[in-house]
This record gives sequence, structure tokens and C-alpha cells, in this order.
Amino acid sequence: MALLELRNISKIYHLGGEEIRALDDVSLDIGEGEFISIIGPSGSGKSTLMHIVGCLDTPSKGTVRLDGVEAQNASQTQLAHLRNKKIGFVFQFFNLLPKLNVVQNVELPMIYAGLSAKERRERALKALEAVEMGNRLKNRPSQLSGGQQQRVAIARALVNDPKIILADEPTGNLDTHTGEVILALFRRLSAEGRTVILVTHNPEIAAVTPRRIEIRNGKIADKVDERLAGLDRTKPGSPAPISVA
Amino acid sequence: MNLFNTIAVGLKEIWAHKFRSVLTMLGIILGVASLVGMSAIIKGMENGMKEAMVAMGGVDKVLLQSQPVPPWQDHLADQAPGRTMVDVIALKESAPLIRVVSPEMSLGEAVVSRGEKSTVPSEVVGCWPAVLEMNLHVLEHGRFFTDLDEKSASSVCVIGTGIRDELFGNPEDIGHEIIPLGEQIMIEGQPFTIIGMFQHYMGEEEAKQRLVAKQLKEQQEKEGGPKRQRGWGRRGGWAFWRKNNTVYLPLNTAYLKFRAAGDKDGIVDQRLTDIDLKVADFSRLEEAIQQAKNVLMITHRGIEDFTFQTQENQIESIDKQIKNARLSGGLIAAISLLVGGIGIMNIMLASINERVREIGICKAIGATGPDIFIQILVESIVISVLGALAGLVASELLVSLLANISPTQNTPVITRTAELIALAFSIGVGVVAGLIPAIKAARLSPIQALRYE
Repeated sequence: MALLELRNISKIYHLGGEEIRALDDVSLDIGEGEFISIIGPSGSGKSTLMHIVGCLDTPSKGTVRLDGVEAQNASQTQLAHLRNKKIGFVFQFFNLLPKLNVVQNVELPMIYAGLSAKERRERALKALEAVEMGNRLKNRPSQLSGGQQQRVAIARALVNDPKIILADEPTGNLDTHTGEVILALFRRLSAEGRTVILVTHNPEIAAVTPRRIEIRNGKIADKVDERLAGLDRTKPGSPAPISVA
Repeated sequence: MNLFNTIAVGLKEIWAHKFRSVLTMLGIILGVASLVGMSAIIKGMENGMKEAMVAMGGVDKVLLQSQPVPPWQDHLADQAPGRTMVDVIALKESAPLIRVVSPEMSLGEAVVSRGEKSTVPSEVVGCWPAVLEMNLHVLEHGRFFTDLDEKSASSVCVIGTGIRDELFGNPEDIGHEIIPLGEQIMIEGQPFTIIGMFQHYMGEEEAKQRLVAKQLKEQQEKEGGPKRQRGWGRRGGWAFWRKNNTVYLPLNTAYLKFRAAGDKDGIVDQRLTDIDLKVADFSRLEEAIQQAKNVLMITHRGIEDFTFQTQENQIESIDKQIKNARLSGGLIAAISLLVGGIGIMNIMLASINERVREIGICKAIGATGPDIFIQILVESIVISVLGALAGLVASELLVSLLANISPTQNTPVITRTAELIALAFSIGVGVVAGLIPAIKAARLSPIQALRYE
């Protein structure tokens, strides 16, 4: 049984009487420990799929099974618990709370999980050490560089020990070098056995992952567009793939 | 997420917007201060009124008053005996529920004089020593009448300090207190020897006036400025003024010296001007009055030319006034608290609009709707509670300010009840004001909240 099973997922919006199928009968399995990227142009339904995978939203049709839990009919509160326990989010704009310092930001998911102050602090420190941010505990996010902020965000995503790390354009707001560092971090997490899903429209990043899924017009494309997936190395002018160290 | 954490986060949020939070709290601060202050002023008023009532003889005093005979006894009106010593003795002998009977024979507008000076006391009354207990008098100097004075109808009198002030001089003006024991004064042209003087009665209000005047005088003496005229305001203090301007004579003396000559074809008027009673047990007031009535129906041969008036009526009217004052004051304060609450709601709505993205992040990492709801609600309650606590401090300041500005008025008294009510009301206002913003925040969709710029 896969860690994440999507079966015949549809997400239908109604806009002014018009029916918009953001996702149309999508089925997808993601196994434990997979390192996978979801790619697709804007408006393809990529974000919608990410929201459903991330338990931020429920599908109109179909079933979602996350780590054995049926999520398609979950209430908002149940979804919140699923997000808290099973999923670690990493966002393009980091999304750290500006009023909290680094440790407090990392502790936040554990507050919602109801952990004791002592345990929160211990685990937050461990997570921050893992992303090499153990020396900036009392800094505010505004005092950190983008890459540092993203590392704190990754620590926050890791701290409740989730099954899935779901990263939405995690390098979209970083320069190339910092982006590489962050990607290397994801690779390491994957190597440690975590399931990592990268959502991106950047082929270079997609090229890093062993498995790629392309969404086009609300469906999973049969064949991954090689150019989009960063696999076509023959065409001149195409960006060089990031070397997988 | 436990409550302690939630409160801590709420406090942090408030601290992050100090100025805005203080402005928001101001509504609650003013509301609480006005509620507590208002109730303190009303309590002061109540105390003043009750004090005056006690000065008039306390709650267990019952006045036996004459009244025209009822219509069905009209034909007996001529035979109505009025209140006489017969009634007094009968009540003393036969009404055990009546503890004290005090007969009084008033001389009406009698003039009391000494040399050039003269005055019209509030009352010149022939009475028994029972009057001391009846009217709660305290004899400070000399002695009261004895049975011997009564028997021999001696020309002696006991005066209040007001009479002394008029005839001998006011200690404030002459600088030392005169105790005129043994001095002779003329009552309606007849010589009387002063054998006793009561203490000076004053309310809390006058006591303070005196203190202020004394300080003022010392200050003036230091500065050597012109002496200014001072007068005791008599408003509210009339009960004390009246009590201080009393002249008491033995009952028999009053009867023999001023009544015995007779005025109705040479027949002596036997009637007393007042009979005051005190009941033995206040909880059995009704019974006592009924008993006294039964006795009097016999001595009056069934002619009902008398009635009883209790201080309960007085208490009722005081209570009614206080209740009205409380109601109107409370209403005004409640409205200002309500306005404060609207201020909180306004600021909470603005605050969650600012924090949509933040709320979205919290939801994405696992905050449930109830988590957010409680967070916002607690923030609102924390604002209102802090406001209420500041309001309580402000009300203390307000009341002491009031007492300083106008020390001669009845002192406002802050009551714990008023403080608790204000606190509870503020918390209630905080909850209600936070409800709508909290529901709004809790219902935010995490996806839209995350996209919000």
C-alpha cells in the first residue's frame, strides 16, 4: 500500500455557472521514501493537486488515502490534524511568522500538536541543528537571508516528524546558489528516507528528482514533457541540468 | 494548544501593537472607571442618608402620632383624648414589646436668651431621661435630669452644642471651647440653669469640613492673610444641626412652668406633643406596634385618634432613591462599556485582516479552526481584562480625585461588588466583542489565506 493514494480525484469549481475542472479524474500513488516532483505550467491544476495532497483542501470526487487515513471527507479540523502530523510544508515565500523568532517559529507546529514546552524546545533545537541553523535561535526571520529563512522553514516542516515533506517552489525565491543548497538539503532528507514532493515549474529542479509527474489541463500527462522536465539535454540552449552530486 | 500558551501568545500580540492596544483599552478603562466611580458616589450618598437617619434616632424608633379620628368615629371627635401621660404609663406597664417610651412636651417656637444674645432652638422639649436613648444622645459634659429634678420640677436644662455656640460663642471663632455648666439662660423669659451639654454631633461630611477648615486656618495663620468668612453648609447636615440645637427640660418643669397656667378656659392642656417608642425586638416590629395599638385602644376608649410611623418608611424611600441613582448611573456606565466593546471588536477585525496570511500559515502547519477561534477570543478577552484592571486603578484615582476636589461632599466609597461587576461585565464585553472576529478568523480557508497578500 502506497503512502499516498489518490483515486479518481476531481476538483470542480463553479464560476458564474461555468464548470471548471481544475483536476479531472487524477489517480496517483506515491510510495514511502519517494522523491518526486510535480511539474506543470500555471493554471494546469498543479496547485490544486498540491492542496489536496497537502490536506489543505478536499476533492469534489474521488478518494484520498494518506498513510491509511481516508481524507476526502475529512472535516476542516481533521484536515488540520492531518496537516499537523503527516505533512511538513515548505513554501516559496518561506512563510515564517515575523513576530516570532527562529525557535518559536519551529516550535509552532508542536504547540498545535500539544507537546510540552520542554519537548518542543528539544525537538526544535534538533531540527534546527539538522538544517545547520542551530546558531541563530533568537533571530527574527527578517534578520535572516532567504536561504536561512528557508532552512528554518524546513526545520519547521520536519519538527513534527511528518511522513511527507511538501515543498511548493522552495527555491523560487532564492538565487541559484542558495537554491542548490536547499535542493541538496531536500536530497539529503530523501536519502534519510523521507517522502519529499517538490512542486515546481522549474525544469532544472524537476531534473533532480527520480520521479516526475506532469500535470496538464487538470490531468496527469501520459508522457512527461522532456523539455519541461529538464531531461532533454540534446537541444541547444536548454539549461544545463543540476548535477546530482 | 493549552490556555497558558494561548494567553501568552495573545499578550505578545497586544504587546506588538502597544499604542493601538492602549487606545482600544481606553474604552474599557473609561467604562470601568465610570461604573466603579459612579457606584462609589452613590454608595457615599447612601452612607450619608443612612447616617442622617441614625442621627434622627435609628431604625427601631417608632413615632406615635396623632391623627384626625376616622370618619366612622366623627361623632366621637370631641372625646378624643389625644396623647397623654396615661398612654405613656399604660404602654410602659402593659406593652412588653415596647422597650422605651419617651413622652415629650414641646414648647414650640420658644426663645432662649442670655444677655443680649438669643436664639430659637430647633426644639425646646420637656422630657424624661428616656429621650437620651430614644434620640441616641450622648451627654458629654455635666449630668442629665434625675428623678429628683423631675419630682421637684427644677429649673434646669441640658443643651446641645448649637445653643452654646449661639449664646456663649463658637469654639471655632473664639479659639477655645466653653462648657457653660452652671450658667443661667432664659427660656421664654424664665431662668434655667444649664446642668449638662451633649457632645457635638456631626456627620462624616462635617468632620471633614472641620478638618479642612482647621488646615486652612493654620495655613492662613502662617501666611497671615485676611481672615475669610467660613460657614458650615447645612445641606445634608440638617439632621445633625437640628440635633445640636436642642434644649431639654424635665417633663414636669415644662408642664408646670409653661402649661399649668392653662389656655383653654383655665383648663390645663394635658396632651403631650410627642410620644416616641422603641421596640424591644426589631424583627417583631409589626407585633410590637399591634400590641401598643391594643393598649392605646383601651386608654383612648376605642377612639382611633393616633397612628404609628416607623423609620421603615424612611429606609424604603432611601432605598428607592439609591436604586434609582444606581439604575441611571449603571446604565450610563454600561453604555460606555459597550462602546469600549465595540472598539475592541473594531480593532480585532482590523487585526485579523492584517493577519490573514499569518492565520493561513498557522492553519497550514496544523492549527485547527477552534485553535484560531480561541486565540482571537483570548486576545480580545486579554485586552478587555487588562483594560478592566487599568480601569479599576483609574477608578481609585478618580474617586480620590473627587474626594480631593470636593472633600465636603459625602465621601465616595468603592465597593468590592461594584468592582467585581465591572470586571465581569468587561470580560463579558471582551467575549462578545471577540466572537465575530474569532469566527471570521477560524473560518478563513487556509488556501486563500496563504495566497492573501
